[in-house]
Amino acid sequence: MQRDNERHKNFSRRAAMLAGGKAVLISALVGRMYFLQVVESKRYKTLADENRVNFRLLAPLRGRIVDRFGVPIADNQQNYRVLLIPEQTDDIEKTLLRLGGLIPISKSEKRYIMREVRRKRSFVPVTLRENLSWEDVARIEVNSPDLPGIMIDVGQSRFYPHAIETAHILGYVAAVSEGEVTGDPLLELPGFRIGKSGIEKVYDRVLRGASGSLQVEVNAYGRVIRELERNEGQPGTRLHLTIDTQLQKLASEKLRGESGSVVVMDIYSGDVLAMVSTPGFDPNAFNKGLSTSEWNALVSNDRSPLINKSIGGHYAPGSTFKMVVALAALEKGVISSESEVYCSGETKLGNATFHCWKRGGHGTTDLKKGISQSCDVYFYEIAKRTGIERIAEMARRLGFGARLGLDLPGEKPGLIPSDEWKRLVIGSPWQQGETLLAGIGQGYVLTTPLQLAVMTARLVNGGVAVTPHLTRDIISMDSIVRRNKVENRDIGLIPSHLALVRDAMNSVVNVPSGTAFNSRIKKPEFRMGGKTGTAQVRRISKQERENRVLKNNELPWKERDHALFVGFAPVDSPRYAISVVVEHGGGGSKVAAPIARDVLEMVQRRNVAWARNKQSSGEPAISNVIISDSNDKSRRGEFGHGD
Amino acid sequence: MAIEYLNKSDLSLSQKLWRLNWLFVLVLLATASVGFAMLYSAANGSLEPWAGRQILRFSIGIGLMLLVAMTNLRIWLKYSYVLYLVALVLLGAVELGGTIGMGAQRWIDLGAVNLQPSELMKVALVLALARYFHGSNIEEIGRPLFLLPPMLMVAAPTMLVLRQPDLGTAVMLVIGSGAIFFVAGVRIWKFAVLLVATLISAPISWQFLREYQKQRVLTFLNPESDPLGSGYHIIQSKIALGSGGLFGKGFMQGSQSHLSFLPEKQTDFIFTMLAEEFGLIGGLVLLGLYILILAYGFSIANSSRNHFGRLVSMGVTTTFFLYVFINIAMVMGLIPVVGVPLPLVSYGGTAMMTLLFGFGLLLSVHINRDEPIGRRGAADDF
Repeated sequence: MQRDNERHKNFSRRAAMLAGGKAVLISALVGRMYFLQVVESKRYKTLADENRVNFRLLAPLRGRIVDRFGVPIADNQQNYRVLLIPEQTDDIEKTLLRLGGLIPISKSEKRYIMREVRRKRSFVPVTLRENLSWEDVARIEVNSPDLPGIMIDVGQSRFYPHAIETAHILGYVAAVSEGEVTGDPLLELPGFRIGKSGIEKVYDRVLRGASGSLQVEVNAYGRVIRELERNEGQPGTRLHLTIDTQLQKLASEKLRGESGSVVVMDIYSGDVLAMVSTPGFDPNAFNKGLSTSEWNALVSNDRSPLINKSIGGHYAPGSTFKMVVALAALEKGVISSESEVYCSGETKLGNATFHCWKRGGHGTTDLKKGISQSCDVYFYEIAKRTGIERIAEMARRLGFGARLGLDLPGEKPGLIPSDEWKRLVIGSPWQQGETLLAGIGQGYVLTTPLQLAVMTARLVNGGVAVTPHLTRDIISMDSIVRRNKVENRDIGLIPSHLALVRDAMNSVVNVPSGTAFNSRIKKPEFRMGGKTGTAQVRRISKQERENRVLKNNELPWKERDHALFVGFAPVDSPRYAISVVVEHGGGGSKVAAPIARDVLEMVQRRNVAWARNKQSSGEPAISNVIISDSNDKSRRGEFGHGD
Repeated sequence: MAIEYLNKSDLSLSQKLWRLNWLFVLVLLATASVGFAMLYSAANGSLEPWAGRQILRFSIGIGLMLLVAMTNLRIWLKYSYVLYLVALVLLGAVELGGTIGMGAQRWIDLGAVNLQPSELMKVALVLALARYFHGSNIEEIGRPLFLLPPMLMVAAPTMLVLRQPDLGTAVMLVIGSGAIFFVAGVRIWKFAVLLVATLISAPISWQFLREYQKQRVLTFLNPESDPLGSGYHIIQSKIALGSGGLFGKGFMQGSQSHLSFLPEKQTDFIFTMLAEEFGLIGGLVLLGLYILILAYGFSIANSSRNHFGRLVSMGVTTTFFLYVFINIAMVMGLIPVVGVPLPLVSYGGTAMMTLLFGFGLLLSVHINRDEPIGRRGAADDF
């Protein structure tokens, strides 16, 4: 008993020590709990939320682009995709085999699909195919009971209904490239597209809209448990262009097979009604992604389908430049309307001979005859009298030699040469012979088709510096302001001079001896005025001239003349200006003028029909004018300028 | 003669029930109820699949515990070596014919139930060591040779569980036994010698560890090094605990637990779930219940008039403490993940049976606290 007491005492002491040790360890646990749950709690709360909450960006719907009548020309189309959710099928191979019976699936596609399936978690959908046709969608839907795990999903993708005709204006959208990533997470969304050229590029930010966001709660495997918060974002702004799609299509039609440009604009407002460059390309293909061979075909094509020739093509204006020379000469006072020059078919300057296009010459020629029959010798003479500086100065006032500031990328400035320019760039002084060449729009002079149309507009709108634009409104990120009737700067031309030139341009088309008489518009109220041009792109040697100048169809395409025409209509109270350039098309009167005639006639017919329709009812009756948006009703009057 | 004496000193059933520490049973019930609630939450507010079965198991376990408690302590003394030997043989048997599970052999398939001999061994070893030291006196304990048999008693099952390999159980067997050696009166310098010897032989025992166990130890040392691999569990557990804060996210509102970020939330990491949903307060309440159980254990040990009872109580209490400490320290990232459940709370039957068996012994000690037991089981045999 005594021994057990001693043992008990001993035990009690040791037990107390053990209990003390345990107490220390439990205190450590409590301390750790306090540290984690109180001291560090905030940090862990954040970490827990990062685990739990997943932010997703919602891509905004890209703004539509509509033409002047509200007809959509860049739209968003539902893009049907077929998805596979691996966890919903017991046998992926079998499902794919069945699906393969409905839409062909290649071996490499299948390999890719199986790799994706292995890589992703079983509830994450794998995209099998995009841009399904409606027939494919229907076939898959009908067979859905036999296709476990297969799902049809609808996304939005850009679609251009008049793809090839509007490609150069609208541009295209495509996947964001690495260099375009700005840190805006929207750009990093898979499948997001941004504007790569044209209007889509210039107005990308307003068309893009603001992204929405979605907050979802996810579990450890990434499966969405519930939606916490959704912010739909702001769809992109609708863009209203000045283009008339039907006119655009007609002009494209007229240029079919050719490499060239047509620009039609309102001479007062600057609205560009049509701007066609051929050959075109299919912007929808860019959206889907081009194959290397398709891309190479576009790039290596010698007719440059990717270039918007209306603003990015440099052409010698040829005889269409003669109005500039005439106005400069009149203004300097070196000629009057009665001044005459004798054309023998050539003129000499020093040792050099300058030929008129007409062998044998035009005889006695005054200003009106000089323009209507396009006498070169007349213009050699008056250019010589006027001098390059005055011609260049007049050209600049009429819109040449600098970019016009159209809201499209890729506009070229053209070139109006001068003594100073030549010394600076070429390094030698100006030669008088070069003035003569400039007098007929050859030599160093380069213009764009848009500049030619603007020149024509300024000639016939009373001499105000109208500038072209493609959008109805002035658009920035924060505001959209309607363009008012722009207070255009007067370019200081004397009305009697303008009247002379206009009269001469009338006789080009409407007088039997005029170079474009065969292309006149016969309906009196639609008659047009204009000027033909044939720009030589090769040098004709003395020997060839002595034998016989080769005809265009005897030359390789690249050496043929450019055919040009600038015009306006109606001839009595002008409204529209046009420029037509057909690369290596031959003579301006034979090739370019008929195109201008058809396009100018159509634009006037459509205007009349429009006005009549507006008078009789509020609703459109013209079959080929589609008004899709009722908001446009208030804006319709805009087409009739100055009403 | 001895048997006759045993019978004579036996208390009647009603006396036993009267002497039973019902308050202690109530504390156990409260603790287990915390577990039921958490398992209900883990199943997103359903008794299926865990809470219902856990209640059933606990009920059976309580029955077993009372049965053990009602059994005379002398019987346990008498059969303690037998029980130990049975457990050892079974432990050896799992080496040969055990079922493969979780990369470790731990069960014997008895058809209806899987028996886990290592769990049985936790109690059997306590009984066997208590019996050994019960018959010793201070002089004997001072002799190193006298300490050799109990050390072999510890070493044999430890080697076997290590081979399985079950690091958690091995640690619990060694430390739990060490506590009995300690309270039995073994000199402290001897523990120091043993500790030094262990440290020296650590590189050798490292060889015995399986790759995943080595990985666990290494991951423990730097969990952030591999956030998606082995360290993931600890990191997610700490996030869950920390984000629970002072008052927690509310019952069934634990995002970490319910969105599957927390692994094994119904078993090893159930404390994390509790602390996420009820915060520091909830964690401290459970810890308070555990401290209460430990305090009962100490007081029962101290009030026993027989040395066997004292040693058994301390052994059981220490084993229980090890469960609590290893599990909670593990989920808080204080020690490596060793796969020890939270006693009475984690889902699972084997650990619960071990503990309730142990608590049954504890209660038996309490009921027989005034019974002196002689060196070989008789009242006057000392």
